[in-house]
Amino acid sequence: MTSPDFASLQIWLFFAFGASLLSALASLLGGQRLWVANLVSFPLLGISAVASIMIGILSLTGAAEFATELPIGLPWLSWHLRIDPLGGFFYALIGVVLLAVSLYGPGYIREYHRQGKYSLAVLGFATGLFVAGMQLVVAADDALTFMIAWELMSVSSYVLVAFEHLEAANRRAAFLYLLMAQIGAGLILLAFGVLAAFAPDFSFAALREAQLPGLWSSIAFALALLGFGMKAGLVPMHVWLPEAHPVAPSHISALMSGVMLKVAIYGFIRFTFDLLGELHWEWGVILLIFGSVSALYGVLYALMQHDLKRLLAYHSVENIGIIFIGLGLSVLFFASGFPLLGALGLVAALYHTINHAVFKSLLFLGAGVIVQRGHERNLEHMGGLIRRMPWTGGFFLIGCISISALPPFNGFVSEWLTFQTALQATALESGVLRAVVPITAAILALTGALAAACFVKVYGIAFLGRARTRRVRHAHETNGLMIISQGLLAFLCLLLGVLPTTMIVALNGVSGSLTGSELSMATSRGWLWLTPIAPQVASYSAPLVLLGIFLALSVWGLVYLALRRRRRIQPVIRRDPWDCGFGSLNSRMQYSASAFAMPFKVVFDPLFRIHEESERQMDDRLPTLPARISYLIHTDDISWNIFYRPFYRSITWLSRQVARIQTGHLRHYLAYSFITLLLLLWLVT
Amino acid sequence: MSWFAWFAWLAVLLHIGLFLLSAPLYSGWIKRNKALLQNRRPPSVVQPYRDLRKLFSKDVVLADSATVIFRIAPYIIVGATALAVSIVPLIVVGLPVNAMADAIVLVGLLALGRFFLALAGMDIGTVFGGMGASREMMVGSLAEPAMLMVIFTLAMVASSTNLSTVILHSLDAPLALRPSVLFALIALVMVAIAETGRIPVDNPATHLELTMIHEAMILEYSGRHLAMMELAAQLKLLLYSVLIVNLFFPWGISTTFEVSDLGLAVIALSLKLAIVGALLAAGETALAKMRIFRVPTYLAIAFTVALVGMLSFVILEGS
Repeated sequence: MTSPDFASLQIWLFFAFGASLLSALASLLGGQRLWVANLVSFPLLGISAVASIMIGILSLTGAAEFATELPIGLPWLSWHLRIDPLGGFFYALIGVVLLAVSLYGPGYIREYHRQGKYSLAVLGFATGLFVAGMQLVVAADDALTFMIAWELMSVSSYVLVAFEHLEAANRRAAFLYLLMAQIGAGLILLAFGVLAAFAPDFSFAALREAQLPGLWSSIAFALALLGFGMKAGLVPMHVWLPEAHPVAPSHISALMSGVMLKVAIYGFIRFTFDLLGELHWEWGVILLIFGSVSALYGVLYALMQHDLKRLLAYHSVENIGIIFIGLGLSVLFFASGFPLLGALGLVAALYHTINHAVFKSLLFLGAGVIVQRGHERNLEHMGGLIRRMPWTGGFFLIGCISISALPPFNGFVSEWLTFQTALQATALESGVLRAVVPITAAILALTGALAAACFVKVYGIAFLGRARTRRVRHAHETNGLMIISQGLLAFLCLLLGVLPTTMIVALNGVSGSLTGSELSMATSRGWLWLTPIAPQVASYSAPLVLLGIFLALSVWGLVYLALRRRRRIQPVIRRDPWDCGFGSLNSRMQYSASAFAMPFKVVFDPLFRIHEESERQMDDRLPTLPARISYLIHTDDISWNIFYRPFYRSITWLSRQVARIQTGHLRHYLAYSFITLLLLLWLVT
Repeated sequence: MSWFAWFAWLAVLLHIGLFLLSAPLYSGWIKRNKALLQNRRPPSVVQPYRDLRKLFSKDVVLADSATVIFRIAPYIIVGATALAVSIVPLIVVGLPVNAMADAIVLVGLLALGRFFLALAGMDIGTVFGGMGASREMMVGSLAEPAMLMVIFTLAMVASSTNLSTVILHSLDAPLALRPSVLFALIALVMVAIAETGRIPVDNPATHLELTMIHEAMILEYSGRHLAMMELAAQLKLLLYSVLIVNLFFPWGISTTFEVSDLGLAVIALSLKLAIVGALLAAGETALAKMRIFRVPTYLAIAFTVALVGMLSFVILEGS
């Protein structure tokens, strides 16, 4: 083995933390100087990213588990840190996205430096703390460290969301985010509290050994689901996501959507599979319901958005729902006594976790390029960007294909695994469950197809066609590093799609250490074949499918060349597009994003609250000729009406009832004091 | 690889080639039947071959605003559809590619083709393409749950998603009519009509803008690109017909590579496809195209039928 220093997790953990904290400090000291951010802060974040990836690789390839106790914290409870395969996997996830963001950042913040309105020091400081907080959450081995790191992550991301604070809408969104983060943290704290009531202290080792009666176990599970679900973005606790993610700077949106939501997933998996241990099938059904509703809700609302970043935020809700469907299937199978199928569900959920981290970050970085170069966030104003930004367009296309779960990219593999898990429902005994699980799979298929429709809309309106506004017509391609960062993520999408067995072997380690069961047959036919359950049940060989696609394309290329030489085909002629003979078409006569989504609006109408404003101004000379038509469509989230409005209306009603004791007359207050005194005297004696 | 493995992969290439060659013939047969039923003089059965040859020799005229996506989309669509047809057993089961990709990969590859077709529709920046793309994605997204439910039912019956295994299971099973399989057949027929764009969902012979879905997306294509798009559509139609025929009525399909078995399989398949084609032509003549916003109801019925099939399997435990 190489020198023991670099093969142990300790040194890499030190690098990861140290680099992100140093990056924060350097930004704070650097002030508005751009060179500090570009040459010190972001490279330090890059070092932290590489260290995180090393932690992940070492931990997943069988390095010894690392646990330590730091001398900081309370006198009777110092900080415990531990990295096991689950933590290592999430470190690798953090590292990959952070690497791309650290390459992308310097080019992006140049815009803020040029504007001069906002402080680069605050941005860099909060980013460094945010990354350090997330890394600490994944390494925490006792409840206190976990909560401190969680709060660090939440508050620093609040600062980042509120970064462009001169606009009132941004401040409101940031406040909503902070409010919901604190409520979620409170619920998580309560969940840990329930566990800690049955354990001697707060360390995870003690919490793991705690024996909870059935009711308290379910209460802890419910609190953890609500708390972690609020941070992850499960419906109906997702309402902060579409507000907060669009207003943050784009590389921070990538970090939040790609990594922070996954840290919430990590917390949930750690709490349920590791600390609670004993799983019940009812929990699996609840997870399936939450997951399916989130997936369908997220994608339907994403279809109706015309703000690019808000659309991507709703897609995060959808993908978190898909991850929870996988987790629900896993819990269901574990609780029903099928550990192999439970491991399959867990592996499918974890695979989708890393897939989503990679392609969602890619999409947010691409959106950031459009925002920075085209100065547009509204899809209705974009168009024809692939001609102006060929590289960004190409990588964004790969992101769109990946998120639509199409072969040969990575989204398809995790969806294939989830379907294979759902198909094994025939093993369950309960007839109701055997019927419900395929229905969940059908909902998953519907969301996958709707996601493909949504990304056809996004790519077709933004990158294809003709530019709808002047600024987009003159947009430029970005600089080299930003292209490289997107290319890195796109390459990872392809790699994760074409070599699934490597990832499955790594995830086997996670599943084995967490639950004790692995997919032993997953690579039984060699590294090219993915056979999760058994070769005769289902198999998928991604590299061969990719090879097949190339083969089919090359055969066609040969046919084309043969024809070309024989027929002496002329070079391609360029003409105007077909306009039915009516004359010149301009760029406003294209299909718009709202028009593309109209069939879906009609089909799924009851699920939306849509405001439409249509105004028609007729010509003075001819009353039947419209001179100007304007149409505005806006979709409101019905969760506010269904879940939140009744909640705060009832609180307001309750407060008003309690306020009745404030009559304003002094004699009533004297009577209250007298009665209270009598009551206390009675209690004392 | 052993000589047998080489031979098996050669068989896969021959299988794809046979599919590609028969697809225009099948379309020609359907057009001939439709013409006869509508009291018209039918075109020759080999007319689609002549059309494709003519298109290949014509110039390609591109719009000013066409991008690289428009130019590569035909190749990707034909490639994905060709790969999809390689998964569907035609005259012999047990080809190596069946273990490589199963029914879910089939749905995924067809979805990839649809994705690029819709992008190609949106590429030029005219209203027709956008409208066609929007409607195609709506129909496709509502058809996919129904298709998946059919696959689930068949996979639960055969305990595998491998299409060869499903067909072998149907061959071995006794000749009893299982309600789950019957419901799955009805649902698959309805989904196939929607996915291939036949009446009553979409009219393949129309050129009125408001009535087209598939034609609207390929409106701007010409020359060899248009030939490839037409070929892809014909391939998809043959693929769904072969799926219906081989999954539910597999008698005659060969399980070995013996020449006599293969010959019998070819004759059996031709007969079955001829009947299916004639039935499709009769259905297209008898029915009228639906309003576009009736199609979600149609697909919801298909999904419900497939769901009933799956439930009848689950509740009756193998019906």
